[in-house]
Amino acid sequence: MLVASALECVRGDRTLFAGVSVTLAAGASLLVQGANGAGKTSLLRILVGLAPPAHGEVAWNGQPIASLGDAYRREVAYCGHANALKDDLSAVENVRAAATLAGRRIAREEALAALEGVGVETAADLPVRSLSQGQKRRTSLARLALARARLWVLDEPLAALDAGGVEWLAATLDAHLESGGLAVVTSHQPLPARAPFATLRIGA
Amino acid sequence: MSEVLAAAIGVMRRDLLLAMRRKSDALASLFFFVIVASLFPLGLGPEPEMLRRIGPGVLWVGALLATILSLARLFASDYDDGTLEQMALSPAPLVALVLGKLAAHWLVTGLPLVVAAPVLALQYGLPGDTIAVLVASLLLGTPVLGLVGAIGAALTLGVRGGGLLVALLVLPLYVPALVFGAGAVDANLAGTGAEAHLSLLGAGLVVAAFFAPWAITAALRIALE
Repeated sequence: MLVASALECVRGDRTLFAGVSVTLAAGASLLVQGANGAGKTSLLRILVGLAPPAHGEVAWNGQPIASLGDAYRREVAYCGHANALKDDLSAVENVRAAATLAGRRIAREEALAALEGVGVETAADLPVRSLSQGQKRRTSLARLALARARLWVLDEPLAALDAGGVEWLAATLDAHLESGGLAVVTSHQPLPARAPFATLRIGA
Repeated sequence: MSEVLAAAIGVMRRDLLLAMRRKSDALASLFFFVIVASLFPLGLGPEPEMLRRIGPGVLWVGALLATILSLARLFASDYDDGTLEQMALSPAPLVALVLGKLAAHWLVTGLPLVVAAPVLALQYGLPGDTIAVLVASLLLGTPVLGLVGAIGAALTLGVRGGGLLVALLVLPLYVPALVFGAGAVDANLAGTGAEAHLSLLGAGLVVAAFFAPWAITAALRIALE
């Protein structure tokens, strides 16, 4: 269970948002909305613990995440704006490196299976630099299936995805939520997931 | 613990693989070292006595500048492509992953300098046992240069014109390593024994290895915020 209370984010001398509270139980999902520059990415980075809030606190299962350390990081999978892929490595090598970073050593077969799941199996051995934007995004999202994290935090995951990719992500999110996972997502496009996403509007 | 080690080794292997794919990056600092060390004999003329006097200093300054050259890329690409965020969010402590990166960085940029140094030392007419001391001093010294330099690289992450700033920030901190490193070779040439200098250099390595990773990690976290 993720509880964030009275979060405030300050950039320079500008307050992006204040008094934002989030409560997310197992199986629940949240869609964060707001105009460009409203602080959606900042909120997500605060929730995963990359940046501290100016005020307020984020707690996981009743404990502040700052004191949980790796016990919290184990539960979180974060996909930011950047794909976190190395252009010179192949898609398979990238997926395996990402899994190692997430604390799981996986065999090539498992990485290939994950890439098949996201539909880039034909490009699995090509250097990522030669992949299209959408294929890169899919490769980056393949991390979700491998990390075994309970909380997924996705920043504009639909960017660059085609219709098939959007449907795949919606189905993957539904399956994740049904199995008791949590998700926080930002998106400017509608997300055709069956699960009811609560909506949080910031900066309004 | 083994999981932390596995993550650190994973980062090191990934960086080594990347270096294999982009050989130009790794070779650039080695060639820089070779060229700098070769320009001095050409520019100063072939007087054996003078060359032997300046040899240790020139080789050490060359290694130092070659290391500076490699620092700009140390964390920048991970920062730009979002990998650094994922490293900070890894269950393994960031400091362990940083150590993995530094180990790979030394293998790719530091070790080649140590290997090339004996060949370059021949241009300066250094005797065999002096060359052995030079190699020993670089073996102890290049990790110090990498560790201290990485602090500068982490502090200037995301800063425009960071490359020049790193040099300004880090070069003064390199002075002790330079003094004891080149001093060890000089002392051997003068026949006074290099042990004292090498011991101090070794002590410097221990101190840097203990403190630098924490400083680097703190600087990276600030850059990520």
